[in-house]
Amino acid sequence: MGSYILKRFVSVVLVVFVVSTATFALMRAIPGGPFRREKALPPAIQRNIEARYKLNDPLIKQYADYMKNLLKGDFGPSYKYLGRSVNDIIRDGFPVSAVLGLLAIAFAIIVGVPAGIISALNQNKWQDNVAMGIAIIGVSVPSFVMATLLMYVFAVKLRWLPAAMWGTPKHAILPMLALAAFPAAFFARLMRSSTLDVLSQDYIRTARSKGLSWTAVVYKHVLKNAILPLVTYLGPQVAAITTGSFVVENIFAIPGLGRYYVTSIYNRDYTTILGVTIFYAVLLVLLNFVVDIAYRWIDPRIKLTAAKE
Amino acid sequence: MRRFAAILASAVIIMVLATSAFAAPEKLARQQKMSYNVGAEPATLDPALSTGIPEAVIELSCFEGLTRMDENNIPQPAIATSWTISPDGLVYTFKLRRSSWSNGQPVTAADFEWAWKRALRPETASEYAYQLYYLKNGQAFNEGTITDENLVGVKALDQYTLQVTLEAPTPFFLQLCAFPTLMPVYRKVVEANPEGWFQNVNNYIGNGPFKITKWEHNSKIELVPNPHYWNRSAIKLTNLTFYLIDDVQTALSMFETGQLDAFDAPPAAEIDRLIQQGFLHKSPYVGTYYYMFNTTAKPVNDARVRRALAMAIDRQQLIDRVVRGGQLPALAYVPGGLPGSKAGVEFRDEGGNYFTEDVAAAKKLLAEAGYPDGKGFPTISILYNTSDNHKKIAEAIQEMWKKNLGIDVRLTNQEWQVYLDSRDALDYQVARAGWIGDYVDPNTFLDMWTSNNGNNDSGWKNAKYDELIFGAAKTTDQAKRAKMLHDAEKILMDEMVVMPIYFYVNLNVYKPTIKGVSYSPLGFVDFTNAYVIE
Repeated sequence: MGSYILKRFVSVVLVVFVVSTATFALMRAIPGGPFRREKALPPAIQRNIEARYKLNDPLIKQYADYMKNLLKGDFGPSYKYLGRSVNDIIRDGFPVSAVLGLLAIAFAIIVGVPAGIISALNQNKWQDNVAMGIAIIGVSVPSFVMATLLMYVFAVKLRWLPAAMWGTPKHAILPMLALAAFPAAFFARLMRSSTLDVLSQDYIRTARSKGLSWTAVVYKHVLKNAILPLVTYLGPQVAAITTGSFVVENIFAIPGLGRYYVTSIYNRDYTTILGVTIFYAVLLVLLNFVVDIAYRWIDPRIKLTAAKE
Repeated sequence: MRRFAAILASAVIIMVLATSAFAAPEKLARQQKMSYNVGAEPATLDPALSTGIPEAVIELSCFEGLTRMDENNIPQPAIATSWTISPDGLVYTFKLRRSSWSNGQPVTAADFEWAWKRALRPETASEYAYQLYYLKNGQAFNEGTITDENLVGVKALDQYTLQVTLEAPTPFFLQLCAFPTLMPVYRKVVEANPEGWFQNVNNYIGNGPFKITKWEHNSKIELVPNPHYWNRSAIKLTNLTFYLIDDVQTALSMFETGQLDAFDAPPAAEIDRLIQQGFLHKSPYVGTYYYMFNTTAKPVNDARVRRALAMAIDRQQLIDRVVRGGQLPALAYVPGGLPGSKAGVEFRDEGGNYFTEDVAAAKKLLAEAGYPDGKGFPTISILYNTSDNHKKIAEAIQEMWKKNLGIDVRLTNQEWQVYLDSRDALDYQVARAGWIGDYVDPNTFLDMWTSNNGNNDSGWKNAKYDELIFGAAKTTDQAKRAKMLHDAEKILMDEMVVMPIYFYVNLNVYKPTIKGVSYSPLGFVDFTNAYVIE
């Protein structure tokens, strides 16, 4: 276990290094810059700005300076939002996105997992058809359509819920549903196929022939094995959803982190692009680590040292 | 001409309707609260550093310059109560009123002097420092060629007298005095934290009608009246909320559910409905949407080809079917609403139209250029930055050119900054563009096409044009100046360096209970006189 954690730590450092270097190189390779405007700036003003943000240093020096600050955990100042650091932006935005994301994941699990199991246990019966029919809609309707539709029906037409903004539990319901639709449907389909897979295994037949009740077989043997693929998928999914969705946050005007992933690129806000990318990478690695631990807990046959080659 | 008559007639009808509406007495609502969507998280709230409209709207609420624009866009005394201008138009002497910052400290001439010099200092790195290049030595100081602040043409003669010396007579200088870059800032808080003093609302000390009580990033900014504002008794609102929402569709939903009282630029598909419901109001907007040509690229290096292309589209149809919102067809480059040779005369009305839409004449021009019926015309491309609206307009024009001139056009869309790069590098043939004035004067549209201007991405150079523009900048004779600018616009249009498409209008959506909001033709919105009725 100790050597495993050490190995993981080294991999985090490596990932951060590779991700930051690659992102740094890529974003400098695309045209434009953070202070590029439609109205051309007089050259002197351009020079003043570049000097202030040290954008006139040689690229390699800018890179070295950035990495030095990164070691201290400092992502630098935003070039777009003056007077704010990227750390501030993440500190303000991430909690909002994380709360919304965790709500959505919880909702997706509570709805998706039972739906998948019920479908599998009633394969090709009406329960299966209804659940999988809804799941197909959930998987195939893009989130901006889902979000717009929810807002139109529940806010504009029925007036049950506020159309947008953030702050009270009421504000969270529509964006949560919009965000949860896809994972809920996906979990249902995943659970259904993995449950069916487990049901066809020899050990289930053995358990049945030992005289165990059907309920006991489902709870003790089927579920525990069928849930493993879901756990694998959950790690990256939680990382993705808690760092925010550009579409849902934009439509519901939620002050989360998700918007910055896209807008920082449009704005060529170099430090924000790097900061949120690195933050996302670290979160992803950490959550994969949590998944590995969870595996071991669910299935003792898995040894962590062997789990990751 | 007939169109002009129609506009005049409808204007008369609107005026009659408006006067009859005034007949009903207004009753003030008990709650004087309103909200408005500024459309984006402000990049900064430092008046010296901000560049965008959302920032300007917030700063206009929290600060006040020497002047403030009224609803007719004429600069009115604000912190300055009066001024004198020397006969050569170069020296302005402002008398300041006794007024206070929102912490009760006096606003003095020295505050202005310090704020302007700060905006010009190279290390402040203000993008809009050029708004102060009109000051004597302003540009030289900003460029670092002189380092002595005392040489810059602004000086506090005493506590309430400010003397400004300009490089050249600048007829729009009093307007600039209302612009955020020229607003005073409270020296102590700025010096304590030059980079981020405005982030903490307690440090955001202003001298304007309102003050900020809360700033939730990417969400909203809340304001209340500034108790120390010199004209506090004129402020009727008790609460003003600025929402910072990017998506206009979301703003519309919030408006419809009562979460929001006012916003601008609704989605094109909803415009007709909002007009019918009486929520949408049009106000003048000093801006032109146009296509520009790379005058160094075949076949659009030929002025005849450019003229043919400009004459072969139906602008009214484009506006009615694609753009919507009642924009005005542009048959000249400088939009309406800008001053001409004398008071009360618009530059555009004086200049009139510079070409007509005429397919037969366009075909003839194209034939003269060597492409009869479009034969032999190389396939050209329209470049635009990725956006649904620009795409629809480009598609309509593509079809009109195909139908009217028999030429094939491709569409190329690029992400914003890539598109700016292509324009800069003259790596295009026809490119979509738009321009909103920086101040209310034709010069803000015309000086950008001089040979070495950084905004001239057409590759076009014309010595006569340069001479007229630079000459106009030096003269104090308004009639002579207007004549020179008209002559310049004529050259630009004869050469058809830019193909005007339409003049923008401001589309403001607000509830019928909201009154007194002032929409400037430069896109600014002023809430100083806003109030709510029952």
